[in-house]
Amino acid sequence: MNVPDGLLFTKEHEWVRLAGATAVMGISDHAQTALGDITYVDLPGVGKTVAQGGGVAVVESVKAASDVYAPVSGTVRAVNAALGDHPEIINQDPYGKGWLCELENVAPDAAGGLMTAAQYRSYLETL
Amino acid sequence: MARMSYVAHVAADRAEMLRAIGVASEDALYAAVPAALQQARLNLPEGQSEVEVERLVRAMAQRNRTDLLCFLGGGFYDHYVPAAVDAILSRGEVLTAYTPYQPEVAQGTLQAAFEFQSGLCRLTDMEVANASLYEGGTALYEAIMMAVRTTDRWRVLIDDGVSPIYRMMLHTYLANMPVTLEEVPRVNGVVDTAAMQARLGKEVACVVVQYPNFFGCIEDHTALFAAAHAAGALAVMSVYPIALGILKTPGAMGADIVTGEGQSLGLPLCFGGPYLGFMATRKQYVRKMPGRIVGMAHDQQGRRGFVLTLQAREQHIRREKATSNICTNQNLCALAAAVYMALLGKEGVQEVAQYCADNASYAYSKLTAIAGVTRTFPATFFNEFCITLPGDAREIIGDLVDRGFAAGFPVGRYYAGMERVALVALTEMRTKEEIDRLAAALEAVVS
Amino acid sequence: MIPLIYEMSKAGRRGVRLPDCTVPQTKAKIPAALRRATPAALPEVSELGVVRHFTNLSRLNFSVDTNFYPLGSCTMKYNPKVCETVARFDGFARLHPLLPQLRNGGMLTQGALRVLYETERMLAEVTGMAEMTMQPMAGANGELTGAMIVAAYHRRKGNRKKRFLIPDSAHGTNPATAAIAGFSVTTIPSNAKGVMDLAAFKQALGDDVAGVMLTSPNTLGLFERDVQTVCELVHKVDGLAYYDGANMNAFVGRVRPGDLGFDVVHLNLHKTFATPHGGGGPGAGAVGVKEPLRQFLPISRVIKRDDGTYALHYDEPHSIGYIAPFYGNFGVILRAYTYLRLLGAEGLREASATAVLNANYIKACLKDVFDFPYEGHCMHECVCSASRQEAHGVRALDIAKALLDRGFHAPTIYFPLIVHEALMIEPTETEAKETMDEFIAALREIARLAEEQPATLHAAPVTTPVGRLDEVEAARAMVLRV
Repeated sequence: MNVPDGLLFTKEHEWVRLAGATAVMGISDHAQTALGDITYVDLPGVGKTVAQGGGVAVVESVKAASDVYAPVSGTVRAVNAALGDHPEIINQDPYGKGWLCELENVAPDAAGGLMTAAQYRSYLETL
Repeated sequence: MARMSYVAHVAADRAEMLRAIGVASEDALYAAVPAALQQARLNLPEGQSEVEVERLVRAMAQRNRTDLLCFLGGGFYDHYVPAAVDAILSRGEVLTAYTPYQPEVAQGTLQAAFEFQSGLCRLTDMEVANASLYEGGTALYEAIMMAVRTTDRWRVLIDDGVSPIYRMMLHTYLANMPVTLEEVPRVNGVVDTAAMQARLGKEVACVVVQYPNFFGCIEDHTALFAAAHAAGALAVMSVYPIALGILKTPGAMGADIVTGEGQSLGLPLCFGGPYLGFMATRKQYVRKMPGRIVGMAHDQQGRRGFVLTLQAREQHIRREKATSNICTNQNLCALAAAVYMALLGKEGVQEVAQYCADNASYAYSKLTAIAGVTRTFPATFFNEFCITLPGDAREIIGDLVDRGFAAGFPVGRYYAGMERVALVALTEMRTKEEIDRLAAALEAVVS
Repeated sequence: MIPLIYEMSKAGRRGVRLPDCTVPQTKAKIPAALRRATPAALPEVSELGVVRHFTNLSRLNFSVDTNFYPLGSCTMKYNPKVCETVARFDGFARLHPLLPQLRNGGMLTQGALRVLYETERMLAEVTGMAEMTMQPMAGANGELTGAMIVAAYHRRKGNRKKRFLIPDSAHGTNPATAAIAGFSVTTIPSNAKGVMDLAAFKQALGDDVAGVMLTSPNTLGLFERDVQTVCELVHKVDGLAYYDGANMNAFVGRVRPGDLGFDVVHLNLHKTFATPHGGGGPGAGAVGVKEPLRQFLPISRVIKRDDGTYALHYDEPHSIGYIAPFYGNFGVILRAYTYLRLLGAEGLREASATAVLNANYIKACLKDVFDFPYEGHCMHECVCSASRQEAHGVRALDIAKALLDRGFHAPTIYFPLIVHEALMIEPTETEAKETMDEFIAALREIARLAEEQPATLHAAPVTTPVGRLDEVEAARAMVLRV
């Protein structure tokens, strides 16, 4: 299972890349494998305010629909429009082209409670 | 007494099965249920043979006045159902199948549903349709909730020319939802477009109209829908599908969600059900649409087939987050509609609509020619119209029952101040001679 | 592959013709601006073309009339054909639902009102409830009616109730229904015995609990001994106990939800009381309540007057209002009435006892090759797990598809969610022992193949009109019409 260093993770299998007051987020390789072929992503509107742990998107496969929770609080600055026609990008490249949205106004202490890559790898082994 | 049983077992079967299970009696299988909770015998009538029950129920059928000549509508119409519809519906392969969870052995059900969806889209001029809902009233409720979800707003503006039966249902269904239903009074039997537009605002999820409306009136809603769109609201429409054989389509008016009662598409009146709710919308809203949807797919050999799709919206996957709690569609009724639409075809559906309109136009001219009987509204109508009588409509229609007519509906039942108004419906089932007889009977009653 | 009816269309061909319209032609009355621009492109096919098309389509289906259909939780029993006959009687089929609204209109529909009234009375006896409504048009619609009645009860008492407690084994409609009736849902886990964890239930219970929704027997086909206790406990916080009648086929004629302590029940008339499923509806979801809840039932109500005639009654100030436009799916109710009159009390009891016998027989004949995770006798259905087969790479889905190749409809799979690789088998009472023996033999053969030649099962089904269809393609391409 691919768990790149430098990202932070949640127990619900979201990842986030923090850069000052902005952040990019998506779902982990583990999450996309568990869901199977993704058929649709319901993305939030730009400008929407999200709280850490609150629902930000829904990812659907044929047999499941999974809520995606915000790893950090912030305001949606951009969403990955390419997923509209090609949700399978998430399966192909969950940490790159398969990003879900970009947040701004992220608090400086946002990383609290998130797992490092090493911690997430250990966490996956417990599942 | 000879009751019926549909169990195939003989005594030896039961004995062998009990032996295989390892219990002495069938009662032992209920050992988990405390004896005190097991009823010895229910207080029900003794079962009877098929002959006896058929006789009993036939006698009850004869206690219903289906002999009255029907001019009663109100959204539910006495249309002809071609014999081939029931011939198909009676086949065990469609009648006794379940929801198509195993698509490999349910292609008949699935392809027919796909053809139903296609027919509904063509009739309404919309992009996608679901595989049906319970009936027209709950379909309208689902459309409103879909508009609420889509816009994330909570006010709903509804014309009070929308069926009062449906509006009463909406009040029930919305009682526990954070949605406000605002009824906008009509003017001259049609939508008060100015009042409706004045009420638009950033909390309004949708405007809701019926076409033709409860009074039978038809009007072009294009301007209203454009105003709704400009205010960020959706346009929701409840329609009578037969009328769409000739009338301007919801799609052409800019509707976003179209629902309606499909009883007129090959289903009997049957004292209120089972009927057929339908819903069509624009492709951009399809994931917000409730209900079963059938889509095309292929197998590994490239053979075309059909499956239930977009199921992730549904209750068995989303549970409390589902778009609706609906578990299934009205599949057999949708099949009836699919067969009906295929039998009528492109020409037939125009003909039946025109027939209804022509009969209504003739009946209107005959009835309003009677002294004391006047037109109620100036608006154009399709197959149903209001007339104002010289006395209480309920009494006059009651007197006409005694003469063998279900002559119409007393509008005062639902609209205060309209006690003298009767709503009269025509279909292709009525002949000129029958209309003339109704006119003569009405003239006799009111003079 | 059968072409779409739209692909068979030929301009000018007709399936049905109308008589000549004899009134003076008045087409000008509808102005051009209100007419559609182009005709609706419905298919142009002859009557034979239509009949052959839909007949050939029907032959692609499995159905109870053609195949054993042990689809768990769906009660795919045989439904007497006479129920179809009576539903087509002109006196019912042509009866306009607005007739009772005319002056003295109830007298025009006495036969239909009697069917409604007597069906209500018989089902109240079957469920142990005081009063029934026939309005709800499906099981889920019945659930919603019941949940609205619960909401109305609490509103009237001024109770501030927010939550429904629902076990994790419940059908998905239960939490979905609670949500659209305005409640939040607390899920209660099941324990190792497959029944709701009573300790967890007690912990979740509180003054803000509006009620509990239970299916009994539960979705694992087990009777929960704690059900009476659960009803008592929820009553102590002034909550109501809701009975989901999905599995009533195990109880009819013997066990009454009302006696177990439930306040509100719904029945699926299409499952337990003999309306064929029609490929997914129409159904009917009759709802019953105990006496204190009678005032909240939907209107109209059907009453029997002292002179023996029947009438509709609307003056119920606390009613939740109209669930259906009229009196529910009358045609379905009529079939249920007919079925009840055919079987009577003894016949109903024989039916449920036989359904339970059949399920236990199948379980007994399969327990050495499949894992049955819960001990003891089952009720009308049995749930096993394909975990032993999964070790060889064969999943419940593969087993289901292999059964299709052998002419049997598959059991329900992957439900209840709490059983790994679940296969849920409900034979119903109407199947002969020979049929069940063939089904058992087929499943045993599949279990053997799973060990010896698992790869052969992955290709199944191979004898059906199409193979496994690409559902990902369907969801992504979204071809939903032609």
